[in-house]
Amino acid sequence: MTKASKRASYIALIAASAFAVAANAGPDEDSLTINGETEIVTETAAPDHLSDAFDTIYSGWRFRTDETQALEMDDFDNPGMLTVDAAMEAYATVEGSAGESCQGCHEGVENFEGLTATMPKVDEETGKLVTMEDVINECRTERMGADAWKWSGNEMQGMVALIGLQSRGMPMNVAIDGPAAPFWEQGKEMYYTRYGQLELSCANCHEDNYGNMIRADHLSQGQTNGFPTYRLKQAKLISKHNRFRGCIRDTRAETFAEGSDEFRALELYVASRGNGLSVETPAVRQ
Amino acid sequence: MASGVKPRVKVPKSASAGEAITIKTLISHPMESGQRKDGDGNPIPRSIINHFTCTFNGETVIDVKMEPAISTNPYFEFEATVPESGTFEFTWQDDDGSTYTESKEITVG
Repeated sequence: MTKASKRASYIALIAASAFAVAANAGPDEDSLTINGETEIVTETAAPDHLSDAFDTIYSGWRFRTDETQALEMDDFDNPGMLTVDAAMEAYATVEGSAGESCQGCHEGVENFEGLTATMPKVDEETGKLVTMEDVINECRTERMGADAWKWSGNEMQGMVALIGLQSRGMPMNVAIDGPAAPFWEQGKEMYYTRYGQLELSCANCHEDNYGNMIRADHLSQGQTNGFPTYRLKQAKLISKHNRFRGCIRDTRAETFAEGSDEFRALELYVASRGNGLSVETPAVRQ
Repeated sequence: MASGVKPRVKVPKSASAGEAITIKTLISHPMESGQRKDGDGNPIPRSIINHFTCTFNGETVIDVKMEPAISTNPYFEFEATVPESGTFEFTWQDDDGSTYTESKEITVG
């Protein structure tokens, strides 16, 4: 082999290996329509506050394998729907000392259309940042006289997903200004803070390295538009706070508690990074 | 015994004669294997769906004997050829003696 042709074959080899990496990186090109009727936006322009970090934001669905993606394309195949169906029964069930059900006051669950797209938000009366879990438990304890549900339990996450389902396909649009601004700033601070012995911030993986592999896992942008999401690994609906906890634990840090004010603030900030993506709950992920 | 058991079936509403259609079935059930123990060390009794059948106008389409290793919420997907309009009948038999049934009509034309 002459020197020149040897060099040419090296170049070809380098080009081939570069292509192999490129084929693995980034989101795929699939588009998501659920039940053949609900169009889901899985890719859109990044919100203004993210313009330094991203041009385009992607739903986590685009980073999953074809098999996992298929489970979300038909509600019959979506295992999360079993928990949602159970929540539908709970919605109509009278519980607690006041003799009320969700349905008693709110009537049809479709009245919640659009609510999830704006959660979490600041409660005007108390000035506190409230999540959907807070709203549900407040109803249960204050108005129904029933026991509060556990944050990441099946009853709670099924109900959060059922209410979220009413907004499926609508664009996420959480408020980050006005009374929400201090909470949003706190969440942003957390997002860029390195935690744990591994000294990793959320941004190190989900902003700097999305699309790359972290061992066997294809890193997404860490969007929350699909939550509560059915994780095949845990075989149940997973709350946002449970996933935050899992990520922080994986940095070998002491984590915050589910339902803590820190996680509420982080939930708002992460949700705002997905403003424009469709509400997708109950999504299916790996 | 088993609570929250709910069968679900998905069958197309219409098909052309002789077409192979896809049928999806799922029954929500804990499928307790009988191998596990509770917090006090006592065995949790077995409680599973042990038999699943599907018939079309009385003719057997599929007949499945099920064992304890099958996981929660058993899901079956299979194909059937429909020669004429008729009714699919689905039955699931529980260890506790209960039978759950579901039926779906299909029009051929």
